[in-house]
Amino acid sequence: MSHAMAVGQGGPMDPPFPAERGVDVYNKKLGMWVFLASEVMFFAALIGSYIILRFGAPGPWALPGVVLNIKITAFNTFLLICSSVSMVKAYAAVSDGDVGKMKFWLLMTILGGACFVGIQVFEYIHLVERGFVPAGVREGSELAEMVAKGELPGATMGLYGSTFFTMTGFHGFHVTCGVISMLFLYLTKALPGKYTQQDHAGIEVVGLYWHFVDLVWIILFTIVYLI
Amino acid sequence: MTTVAASPHTGHAHHDDRSFVTKYIFSTDHKIIGIQFLFLSLFFLLVGGILAMQIRWQLGFPGKPMPGGGILPQTMAPGGVILPEYYLQLVTMHGTFMVFFAIMLLLVGVYANFIIPLKLGAHDMAFPRINMASFWSAFISGILMLSSMFVADGAPRAGWTMYVPLSARHDYSGVGFGQELWSISIIFFGLSSVLGSLNYITTVINNRAPGMTWFRMPLSVWALFITAVLGLLAVPVLAGAAIMLLFEQVLGTHFFDPSAGGQVLLWQHLFWFFGHPEVYILILPAMGLVSELIANGSRKPIFGYHSMVFAIVGIAFLSWIVWGHHMFVSGMNPTLGSSFMVTTLLIAVPTAIKVFNWLSTMWRGNLRFHTPMLHAIGFVTMFTIGGLSGIFMAATPVDMFIHDTYFIVAHIHYVLFGGSLFAIFGSIVFWFPKMFGRMMNEGLGKLHFWLTFIFFNTTFFPMHMIGMAGHMRRLYDPTIYEFLRPVQPLNVFISVNAFLLFAAQIIFFVNFWWSMFKGEKASQNPWEDNGLEWTLPNPAPHGNWETPPTVYRGPYEFSAPGVTEDYLPQNRKLPTDREPALSPAGH
Amino acid sequence: MNWWLPPQASNFAPRIDGMFTAILIITAIPFFLVEIGVLIFIFKYKGRAGQKGHYTHGNTRLEMIWTAIPAVTMVALGLLSNSFWVQIKGRNSVPADAYPVGVHAKQFEWWVTLPGPDGKLGRTVDSLISKANPTGLDTTDAGAKDDIVTRNQMHLPAGRPVVAYLTAEDVIHSFYVPEFRVRQDVVPGMHIKAWFVATVPGKYEIGCSQLCGLGHYKMRAQVTVHTQADFDAWAKEHAPQPKAGGE
Repeated sequence: MSHAMAVGQGGPMDPPFPAERGVDVYNKKLGMWVFLASEVMFFAALIGSYIILRFGAPGPWALPGVVLNIKITAFNTFLLICSSVSMVKAYAAVSDGDVGKMKFWLLMTILGGACFVGIQVFEYIHLVERGFVPAGVREGSELAEMVAKGELPGATMGLYGSTFFTMTGFHGFHVTCGVISMLFLYLTKALPGKYTQQDHAGIEVVGLYWHFVDLVWIILFTIVYLI
Repeated sequence: MTTVAASPHTGHAHHDDRSFVTKYIFSTDHKIIGIQFLFLSLFFLLVGGILAMQIRWQLGFPGKPMPGGGILPQTMAPGGVILPEYYLQLVTMHGTFMVFFAIMLLLVGVYANFIIPLKLGAHDMAFPRINMASFWSAFISGILMLSSMFVADGAPRAGWTMYVPLSARHDYSGVGFGQELWSISIIFFGLSSVLGSLNYITTVINNRAPGMTWFRMPLSVWALFITAVLGLLAVPVLAGAAIMLLFEQVLGTHFFDPSAGGQVLLWQHLFWFFGHPEVYILILPAMGLVSELIANGSRKPIFGYHSMVFAIVGIAFLSWIVWGHHMFVSGMNPTLGSSFMVTTLLIAVPTAIKVFNWLSTMWRGNLRFHTPMLHAIGFVTMFTIGGLSGIFMAATPVDMFIHDTYFIVAHIHYVLFGGSLFAIFGSIVFWFPKMFGRMMNEGLGKLHFWLTFIFFNTTFFPMHMIGMAGHMRRLYDPTIYEFLRPVQPLNVFISVNAFLLFAAQIIFFVNFWWSMFKGEKASQNPWEDNGLEWTLPNPAPHGNWETPPTVYRGPYEFSAPGVTEDYLPQNRKLPTDREPALSPAGH
Repeated sequence: MNWWLPPQASNFAPRIDGMFTAILIITAIPFFLVEIGVLIFIFKYKGRAGQKGHYTHGNTRLEMIWTAIPAVTMVALGLLSNSFWVQIKGRNSVPADAYPVGVHAKQFEWWVTLPGPDGKLGRTVDSLISKANPTGLDTTDAGAKDDIVTRNQMHLPAGRPVVAYLTAEDVIHSFYVPEFRVRQDVVPGMHIKAWFVATVPGKYEIGCSQLCGLGHYKMRAQVTVHTQADFDAWAKEHAPQPKAGGE
């Protein structure tokens, strides 16, 4: 990994004036790390609440796979991880000076992210059709019949719906914001050739965000879909 | 005094051909943004005050028609007589506006923005456009919150703490869409806060002028920096909770619904996990600002600068593990009550250190009693009372008795008004010349201070007494209770003094607005202060410095030996000073 | 007007008041130190032109002293308070022979259930709550038949431990009697116990102490503490009459 973008090399990452030595991480990158710290707290509030509610629930939780489609979501997880890999490849490419490859891998990342969101939306629609909503199980739906037959624990379905849709919904929102940001950078900076080996902060910074969003998903997938 | 080349009205390599709109409305200049926050927050301070006056009317004269109440809708105050529907909105929105839109924006929105780059010798914040977004996000949040008072059934009625299930169900509270507006407004506020925090943190870490090492930073910057870290990490939790509340209200989720396995106390844990760091967000910047005012007014270095820094960090660290002291009688496991009691009592220690250090700064000083110093002394004396009253509630058995009484309300107002607001008033006067190029009127300033100080105490001290008598909070009509009728005369006394306190603020508002246009033009360093901001013209130009100043010493070198003046700016080079070791990025 | 704390009418009150007074004395010391210090300094160090302040950056030893003393005091206060706290609210704090009283809070009333001669509170079931049965008393339960249910009235015997079984139907309320010094939030979905001994016969009030909606300010109940003899007489007089169709 080239160090052309390190602080203090007289490059575009330096503060535009002499400054006390900070943490040797240029502003945009430091700002993204700081922002991600706030995002950790945000998801911690949602995920923490889920853990508290699930462990304090008045009855058993629905078994994984009964309501949710594990197979499709597993594929979706794989897709998101692949898009993180393509993001790394895009960054590596531009660090080595290969702008063409960077554009390709950035586009792959955008497509991967967009597909992830698309598949999630598809899953949501399917769930709602079957009767799974944030409030739990809709009356008269397919899932309501399963509750009546004892195949699903009625006492906790309300919590299940509330936590599922809130956590995955906000994660999906964050992925969407990431896709839009990357698309914006792709169209306004990457395609017109504004990223160079010396100056590609946007790629690195949006990459950090993207990896974070991926990490949150891995956690969510584990505690919502698998356990 | 070394004069540093101030950019005439340009920043580095920019020409200032900005239009009126980009210069003053959609500005990315941290100073303009700070002033925008000042106008926004002063407006909400006024709103909060007007709401308080109505609360005090009802408490002092329950059931009597309020003067001017005729303009209120019949559903809220028929014939000017406040109904419970309206009263509960008043208490809820008074708290909401004051905590979020007045104090937080006045301390952080104004001073973090205005002061940090100036005191660090930077051109602007690290991310000027994100800074602008932070302001407009807060603005939208404020509009949304204000609008909740005007929709059908009005604003929320569950107190600014919004405990569920009352706040989650329209049929329990009687509130309509106003409830949702509160949640949505808070989400926008959270966004504003996080965007601001990431700016302040990045700027303090990376954008300090050469020689401005960590331990040469002014305490106001330390306090604002640590506050930004608190905000960065605590406010997202509130946002998460507000989202969960919103979903409970509109999507029928069951997070807090015991009939579906939800947990009522979950809201309280989430809210106070945010809420306790929040109250330190409301006081730490004030403490930092007060340090500037006291050092300047005493013409002495701050006593124990390093301890003051460690105390700020200590308070911030402890603030994460005390939230349960708001929940001692909530039904939470009593064992948690024990652990939270201990941590809460401990947080008194760094706070005490700071008070003793301010006192010692004044000791053997050459005291100047300008208006900012008066307010700073007011802060120290009043915050001491507020902080000490906190010890009563930290002791769980005593808290069982005084929780949800006016003893708590007294504590809140001694720290937030006697503390934060005095610091704010003093700071507004102190940095007014930097913002507007003119001085506020000193005579009016002193008059405002004394009247405020007197009526503040006569209004809020008796609240300790009625709290001790058992007077609960958020009570529409205390005279319903036989045990409260003997203290009703105190309620009348409090209300009358509250009206006088509010009236005294007119002096401040007149002084503020009149001085902005007609005040005496300010010299460059009217307070003879050491901060880097005073090496620039008043008002400071866009971009601040053409080349950043070089810093040779700490920020409190008042009355230093070896110089004739009793102050010594950070960037003035003496023959004995050496250049700082520049970062590799330096020229 | 009583400028101090309310009259003491429970077993906890004297110790709570004692703690309050102790804290008042402890906090009075730094209070006077700071306030009088400020006052003295304002006059003694009033600035004069041409003079300078005393140039010092601090005194580490002094700071260590004024850090250690508050720290030790606070830890001591915490330890002393904790034993009392455990007595009031601890898991095993309710005396075995405490007299059970059901307190069911709803917007905006207090429904109090006394156990009757059998000394047992009958089972309550949420789904049975109705206008005719505000506490959801399950009359099929053996202990329920002699329960006395009152609205906004609480009758207690003096001098013996009472344990209130607190339930809320809708929102959070809070059970609070100033003279007892006892306060406990009543939370929907939770069954919370609060115990105390009412020591002085007389009339008191329950004030709801957690904002619960529009009627919060008038969610008031009358508490009557009787001598044991009077209490037994009252309970006998108000015992439920056997009804033909069951309720």
